[in-house]
Amino acid sequence: MTQLTLAPVRRRISAIAWVRENLFSSPFNTVLTLAALYLIWLVVPALLDWAVFRATFTGLDRKACLGADQGACWPFITHNLGQFIYGHYPEEERWRVNTTFVLGIAGLVPLMIPRVPWKRLNALYMLGFFPLAAFVLLSGGRSGLSPVDTAYWGGFMLTLVVAVTGIVLSLPLGIVLALGRRSRLPLIRLFSVIYIEFWRGVPLVTVLFMASVMLPLFLPQGVTFDKLLRCLIGVTLFSAAYMAEVVRGGLQAIPRGQQEAASALGLGYWQSMWFIVIPQALRHVIPGIVNTFIGLFKDTTLVLVVGLFDLFGMVQFQLSDARWSTPQTPTTGYAFVAFVFWVCCFGMSRYSMSIEKRLKQGGSK
Amino acid sequence: MMDSLEKASSVRDLATARAKIEIDGMSKWYGTFQVLKDINLNVLEGERIVIAGPSGSGKSTLIRCINRLETHDAGRIAIDGVELTDDLRRVDVVRREVGMVFQQFNLFPHMTVLENLTLAPVLVRKMPEAEARDVAMQYLERVRIPEQANKYPGQLSGGQQQRVAIARALCMNPHVMLFDEPTSALDPEMIKEVLDVMIGLAESGMTMLCVTHEMGFARQVADRVVFMDGGEIIEADVPEEFFAHPRNDRTRAFLQQILSH
Repeated sequence: MTQLTLAPVRRRISAIAWVRENLFSSPFNTVLTLAALYLIWLVVPALLDWAVFRATFTGLDRKACLGADQGACWPFITHNLGQFIYGHYPEEERWRVNTTFVLGIAGLVPLMIPRVPWKRLNALYMLGFFPLAAFVLLSGGRSGLSPVDTAYWGGFMLTLVVAVTGIVLSLPLGIVLALGRRSRLPLIRLFSVIYIEFWRGVPLVTVLFMASVMLPLFLPQGVTFDKLLRCLIGVTLFSAAYMAEVVRGGLQAIPRGQQEAASALGLGYWQSMWFIVIPQALRHVIPGIVNTFIGLFKDTTLVLVVGLFDLFGMVQFQLSDARWSTPQTPTTGYAFVAFVFWVCCFGMSRYSMSIEKRLKQGGSK
Repeated sequence: MMDSLEKASSVRDLATARAKIEIDGMSKWYGTFQVLKDINLNVLEGERIVIAGPSGSGKSTLIRCINRLETHDAGRIAIDGVELTDDLRRVDVVRREVGMVFQQFNLFPHMTVLENLTLAPVLVRKMPEAEARDVAMQYLERVRIPEQANKYPGQLSGGQQQRVAIARALCMNPHVMLFDEPTSALDPEMIKEVLDVMIGLAESGMTMLCVTHEMGFARQVADRVVFMDGGEIIEADVPEEFFAHPRNDRTRAFLQQILSH
């Protein structure tokens, strides 16, 4: 009925008192604080100096960045930004990539905000309509769109294609594998174990090489399929194995009684898994799942080894451009890549923390 | 043995009732250890049975075999004439008609009380959602906690959770209710509220099998008390006889222990 909510009591204290209490409460803490301050003093001014004060922000080629005491060479980034985002995707067709991006964001944002209603419809849009639309828009060859071979895809767009496909497909596949590994049917259990142990045991680089170099050797003459597609399959199968083990950890945390209660009510195996066990199991392992997602996101850079140019590959590629060859260009390029990846991964990490917090407040155990 | 069963079931106008649950020569092993030995038990429609016995005597295993949470290895179990076998369709038929209440409640913690109650009717009985909600609210009234409908199980007391669990089972409109030590995990002050609900249910004519140590409850509502030890049914009788004149030494020893204070 009426519910009494108690706000946490927050003491109002002065800044000096706060500093004393939190930073200098004991000799050991004082030493730590001083050491940390020294480290900050060492790193931050130097970083700012390089990235801002000594950096060049405008210019048309390498001459702008050849000063005696040169910092970051930002024009290298701004000048090539188009390539970094779209790769070699034809310039006059870039609107298709942009449209895909907008369609994706339009579906993702309301899905991520808990208060927005129509979650089921929204999920249907994201898992049904969006992938189809994205596929048609990006690859073309249909509905009056000129075909764009995946060899021209690149940059951040390719990073997102590989990462999103991997993330969206590896979770359900991982769940099925995790259930399989706990199955009572020996054949299914054996298959799941072999699958998981095989994919976990080989490095992703090997998988990608196999997919792009070895696989065509096994296929009959004349049968080819897209290199990007092969990479997508490789990345998905690979991360599904990791996902399966994370999910299995969650499944093990659910008491047997939950499934017994579901069975006693007449729910079948898939019903009790889908409505009772999996939702609870996934809640337990959100940190592990997001950890795997982040790992996958960063591993997309490895497609470089089979000749696909994601964001990192594109930057690397442009470094060899003589027009921008300066001592500061590589550092600037790598700093840019690192920053973009960090923003994406940090975003995922923060979002997962907010979900965890919300689930805790949800009143469920 | 069989004599006493027949005699007991003929009491209290159950003479014309038909058998709801038939268990004939049922045995079960865990590896080489036999947990249930040649169990024979017929339960009539509307009959209330309390199963008592020391821990490890196989009471819980027995009633868990009735809705096939455990499989039996020998003998026969039939509910409403449907024999339990490996045939999953039959198991589904039986589980739809048999409700169960567990010692640890086993409510679904990620769902509200109302969602706990409507899930199975909607999924299994294909009941429209609105109707399922109405039914759920009726049963929550009956267990006297309608005001908790939108809370999560974790926000309720143990007694309240167990009452929700009873309501959840009733929402499937079962013909038989199994209770597996429903009050053993509860704080003493909450036992009564759960027993009251169970007594109300018994008075409504529900066929019930309760594994419990609540002998007061057994005296009050049971048509028969079944005493188990070492995986066997040692004796079964109407409560008046069972408590006043236990025939077996083991029964006597057990009763002395639990009734001594």
